[in-house]
Amino acid sequence: MTMDFDVHNIMETIEMIKVHHLDIRTVTLSLSLRDCCSSDTKKLSAKIYDKITKYASNLAKCACELEDEYSIPIINKRIAVTPISIITESVDNPDFIHIAKTLDKAAKEVGVDFLGGYSALVEKGCTEGDKRFMASIPEALASTERVCSSVNLAGSKAGINMVGVYKTAEIIKKAAELTKDKDGIGAAKFVCFCNSVTDNPFMAGAYCGVNEPECALNIGVSGPGVVRWAIENMDKKADLGEVANTIKKTAFKITTTGELIGRELAKRLDIPFGVIDLSLAPTPAEGDSVAGIFQAMGLSDAGAHGTTAALAMLNDAVKKGGIMASSYVGGLSGAFIPVSEDAGMIEAARKGVLTIDKLEAMTSVCSVGLDMIAIPGDTPSATIAGMIADEMAIGMINKKTTAVRVIPVWGKKAGEWVKFGGLLGEAPIMKMHDCDSSVFINRLGRIPAPIHSLNN
Amino acid sequence: MTEEKIIVTVTGQDKTGIVAKIATTLNECKVNIEDIKQTIMQDYFVMMMLCNITNSPDSFSTIKDKLTEASKSLNMTIWVQRKEIFDRMHTI
Repeated sequence: MTMDFDVHNIMETIEMIKVHHLDIRTVTLSLSLRDCCSSDTKKLSAKIYDKITKYASNLAKCACELEDEYSIPIINKRIAVTPISIITESVDNPDFIHIAKTLDKAAKEVGVDFLGGYSALVEKGCTEGDKRFMASIPEALASTERVCSSVNLAGSKAGINMVGVYKTAEIIKKAAELTKDKDGIGAAKFVCFCNSVTDNPFMAGAYCGVNEPECALNIGVSGPGVVRWAIENMDKKADLGEVANTIKKTAFKITTTGELIGRELAKRLDIPFGVIDLSLAPTPAEGDSVAGIFQAMGLSDAGAHGTTAALAMLNDAVKKGGIMASSYVGGLSGAFIPVSEDAGMIEAARKGVLTIDKLEAMTSVCSVGLDMIAIPGDTPSATIAGMIADEMAIGMINKKTTAVRVIPVWGKKAGEWVKFGGLLGEAPIMKMHDCDSSVFINRLGRIPAPIHSLNN
Repeated sequence: MTEEKIIVTVTGQDKTGIVAKIATTLNECKVNIEDIKQTIMQDYFVMMMLCNITNSPDSFSTIKDKLTEASKSLNMTIWVQRKEIFDRMHTI
């Protein structure tokens, strides 16, 4: 498979990388820790540390080599491990913070940006181990730098664990409170899911599912800037079928590039290649914006009427292009809509065009869910729980992954501004509804799984 | 043994000695030039070379470092990339 030595193709590739931010967003080593179990915290921690540092010792180094050889930036190097709730289930009086700090230390030692998997899977209900583990999440997030946490609360075949939903709302509030000196960054490292994905390489929700192999290299490719550019280069009168086709072709190019890097890196690390996750993940950099794609399609702002339709088409076309390019497309694949990480969405939120309600509608067709949304610090737990329950319901009924990553910013009110820095960006604090959800939420229990026929 | 090929792209203000300097550097590394194309794009000089580094005693990164140094002395921008990235992106 070789191309002609074509000037146009070479310049297009270079322009995609240099001007339009085509990058490998993350290379994520998925690593099982199931063989690290022990009844003793110290022994367990030592095994975890040894295993991570053994398998990931060359990850950052080999990624840098590839970056140099192909001149394509690899933004993040990460690790996803087996949900720690499972690994710690049989520990006597576990010291969770010691374990979290061990994960943090191992991540730092091998030079990765984030380590995901401080997680629990409780869509059907919590074990005793899950309960004590979940209680440790806020402090674990506050006392570590690189550890990310997630909880799966619902599934299309399990229903919604409303006890878990309420506990999760409290985890989010507590994590934000414990990190209030950094605008609640603890909550930005936590996400809750419906139908969570076991091979997702993106944070905060990456973990190594119990169905995954010993280890694998999963890769996340991005490029909203490239898609925007491709659409902007089209005739303004091109119909939406043509626009969808252009998105597919662009997604194909992005995916083949990602797979090349992923397979080469896996080969050099001598581990199996897992999946490529083609997600359009925006960054605060100018032009690297999913909102910018909506504007290129012809909407004045993200949040204008028509945004949900535009996003639905985008998400579907990205998947179609990616599927053609690789046999192993997995993870979350689609378009992310993290508000604080997308310059166009930040602007739309500032103008008041993009609201929580519109975002909720958009999550029914995007690849994940309500993401990186700053909300007032005094939002009651029951209101946050209501928001989570709504999002879980969208995922459960539509058989898709949905998620909530919100940050209740301590001491700040709607309209005020918050800066997380780096890729996490900045955002205005969004207004929540002032209505009371507490009686509904306090009923607890489990919302039954939906019927899987009579679809209408 | 599979052949190792790279694409060298040089851009910037047109001047004398660009091809000579880059070709000399490649020769020093015993890299064979298999094809060469040049054009003007938006007032910029663009030169691309398809090179075979299989028989070079130098590693990819050494070759890249030497080429980067040569292009700096010419005040030009250079991209040195393995050819597979273009093959994968532009062919089905």
